[in-house]
Amino acid sequence: MFRKIAISAVSALSLMTAMAMAAETGGHVEDVAFSFEGPFGSYDEHQLQRGLQVYTEVCSACHGLNMVPIRTLSDEGGPHLPEDQVRAYAKNFSVTDKDTGEDRDGLPVDFFPANDGAGAPDLSLMAKARAGFHGPYGLGLNQLFKGMGGPEYIVALLHGYTGEEKDEAGSTFYENPVYSTGWIKMQPPLADGQVEFADGAPNDIKSMSEDVAAFLMWSAEPKLNARKDTGFKAVLFLILLSSLLYLTNKRLWSGIKGKKAH
Amino acid sequence: MAGIPHDHYEPKPGFQTWLHTRLPIVSMAYDTLTIPTPKNLNWMWIWGIVLTFCLGLQIITGIVLAMHYTPHVDFAFRSVEHIMRDVNGGYMLRYIHANGASLFFFAVYLHIFRSLYYGSYKAPREVTWIIGMMIYLAMMATAFMGYVLPWGQMSFWGATVITGLFGAIPGVGPMIQEWLLGGPAVDNATLNRFFSLHYLLPFVIAGLVALHIWAFHNTGNNNPTGVEVRRTSKEDAAKDTVPFWPYYVIKDLFALCIILAIFFAVVSFMPNYLGDPVNYVQANPLSTPAHIVPEWYFLPFYAILRAFTADVWVVQLVQFITFGIVDAKFFGVLAMFGAIAVMAMVPWLDTSAVRSGKYRPKFKAWYWLLAIDFVVLTWVGAQVPNELNAWISLLASAYWFAYFLVILPLLGVLEKPLPQPATIEEDFKSHYAAPAE
Repeated sequence: MFRKIAISAVSALSLMTAMAMAAETGGHVEDVAFSFEGPFGSYDEHQLQRGLQVYTEVCSACHGLNMVPIRTLSDEGGPHLPEDQVRAYAKNFSVTDKDTGEDRDGLPVDFFPANDGAGAPDLSLMAKARAGFHGPYGLGLNQLFKGMGGPEYIVALLHGYTGEEKDEAGSTFYENPVYSTGWIKMQPPLADGQVEFADGAPNDIKSMSEDVAAFLMWSAEPKLNARKDTGFKAVLFLILLSSLLYLTNKRLWSGIKGKKAH
Repeated sequence: MAGIPHDHYEPKPGFQTWLHTRLPIVSMAYDTLTIPTPKNLNWMWIWGIVLTFCLGLQIITGIVLAMHYTPHVDFAFRSVEHIMRDVNGGYMLRYIHANGASLFFFAVYLHIFRSLYYGSYKAPREVTWIIGMMIYLAMMATAFMGYVLPWGQMSFWGATVITGLFGAIPGVGPMIQEWLLGGPAVDNATLNRFFSLHYLLPFVIAGLVALHIWAFHNTGNNNPTGVEVRRTSKEDAAKDTVPFWPYYVIKDLFALCIILAIFFAVVSFMPNYLGDPVNYVQANPLSTPAHIVPEWYFLPFYAILRAFTADVWVVQLVQFITFGIVDAKFFGVLAMFGAIAVMAMVPWLDTSAVRSGKYRPKFKAWYWLLAIDFVVLTWVGAQVPNELNAWISLLASAYWFAYFLVILPLLGVLEKPLPQPATIEEDFKSHYAAPAE
C-alpha cells in the first residue's frame, strides 16, 4: 500500500512540475457569455442578423463564406430572415451560372461567394477552426467548462489590436497579441459606431465583434439548435430507459443474489 | 460448442428438426445466447457489449455517411460540410461517427486493462487475447484512415507523419511509404485507398470479433476470481454460473444505456471537444500546422514514438551496434510497435500461476502504476516537446516496457500470492447472502 501511495505521490509531483513549467502562449482570450452556449443554449436570431450585417458591410470586403448557402439565411435556428429579404440579399452578388456559363444576379440557392483576392481566409468554418481556450497544463479542463472558444477567439482578435504596426517584406503588419504570431496582416477592421443597426443595438467594437462572432458560429455550425434539441431528447430517453433496465436487472438478479454480506 | 456442460437446444419434430438437420443455426444461436457465464462478473465485464455496440454503430453511421461523402481531394472537405448542412440528420450522423470512435477506444482501453488486471489473457485464453490484439490493431488502422477522410489540415498532416513512419524503415522504407500513399506524397490516390480500406476494415474487425467471441465461448469467460467454472457435472457448473440470457444481457444493456446517455450528451452538447480545431481548415500541402497531434486515443503510443530521441543513450548504443542502420527515427518506430508487441506477448511474459490480480498483492501496485503510466503517456503525447516532457515520456515509455519484460516475469517467481477461493460459488457466497425467496 505504502509503495502505491509513494508511487502516486511521485507521479503527481512530476505532473505538477510539468504543469508549472508549461508556458501558455498567445494573448488572453476573454470568455464571452454567448446565448448559444451550454446544453440549452440557442442562437439569438437578432444577434445573428446584426452579425450578418457586420459581415456584409465590413468583413465581406476581403473574406468569403463559400461553404454557406445563401438560402440558409431564412432557416429557423439561424438568422431566420423572411424569404423575400433573402432573395433581395442574394441579388447583391453576381454569380457565374454553372449551367449557362453566363453572369447573373445571385439566387438563394447560390453559396456566398468565395473571396480570396486579398489573401484573407474563408470564414465559413472559422469559429470552429480556432480554439480560444487551452489548458490548464494540457488537461483540457478550460475547454470542458468554457467551450472550445472559437467565437471568443474571434471577439478577442477583433479588439485585440495594440495600435502598433510594422512594415516587413512589402506588407504592413498590425500588432495583435491574440494572433498566433503576434502580428497580423489584417488591419483593424472595426471602429466604434461603424455599422448602424436598425434595432438600435449598441455598435461599439466589442458589441459588433460579439455579433459577428455569433454569426460566424452559426455559419460554422448552422444546425446547433436542432442538435442540442435532439440531444436533450436522446439523453432524457436514455436516462428513462436506464432506470427501467436498472429495475429489471435488480429484480432479475434477486433470485441469484441476496443482500451484500459486508 | 462450449466446454462447460449445460442444456443444449432440442429441436421439436417438424420444421425445427427439418432445419436443424440441414443447418443447425438455431442451435448455434441458442448455445451462444444461453452460454453458462460465471455469476460473479463485475461491472468491468460490460465493455465487450459496449464494444460490439460501437462496431455496429460505426458501421451503420459510416455506411450512411459514405452515401454522401466524396473521396476526392477537391470535394472531400466540402462534401463533409454538405453532410453537416444539407443531409437530413447529417450533423448527428457525423458527430456520432466521429465521437463514436472515441467511445470505441475508451471502451477498448478499459476492456484491455480489465484483462490485464484479472489475467484474462492467461492459459487457456491466449488465442482470445491475441485475436483481441489483432482487433485493436485493425481498429487503430481504421481510425487513422477514417480521420484522413474529412481532408482537413490534421487529416493531411497526420497522414503525412504516420505514413512517414514506414519511410523510416532502413532501405525499403521510402519504397513502402510510396506504395502506401500511391505516390510520392499524400494526395488523391492516398485519399481514395484510405476511403476504400476504411470501408473494408470494419468488416474484417467484425470477422475477428466473431472469432474472439467463439474463442472465449469455448474456454468459458474469465471472472474476477480467476478460478475456473467447475466442469465436473452440469449441476456443479450451474452452481458457478448463470445463463448469459437473460442475466447478463439485461445487466449489459443497463450499463450500455448509461454509457450512451453520457455519449449522447457529449455528441449533442460538446461534439468538437475531442477533436482538433485545425481539422476544420481544409488540407493545404503548402502550410504545416504548428503542432501535429494525433487523436487522443493514439497519444500513448505517439508519446513512446517521440520518447526515443537521438540523445538517449540506448538509442545511441543501438545505432552504434547496428552500424547506424537503426537510427533514432527508426528506433522510435520500433519502440511504438514494440510497445504493442510486448503487450500482445503478455500471456507468455506473465509467469505467475495465479490468474486474478485480486490475489497478487505485489502485482496490484505495479499494475496500478501501469494504469497511471498509460494516463501519463496519453497526456505527454499531446504536449509540446521540451526538456521536462522529454524526460517524462522517456520514463513513462521505459516503465511500459519494464512492466511487461521485467516486472511480470519476475513477479511470478518473487511474489507470494494470497489464497484463492476453491470455487466461484464459494467466493460468491462469501459476498452475498442467499436470495430472499
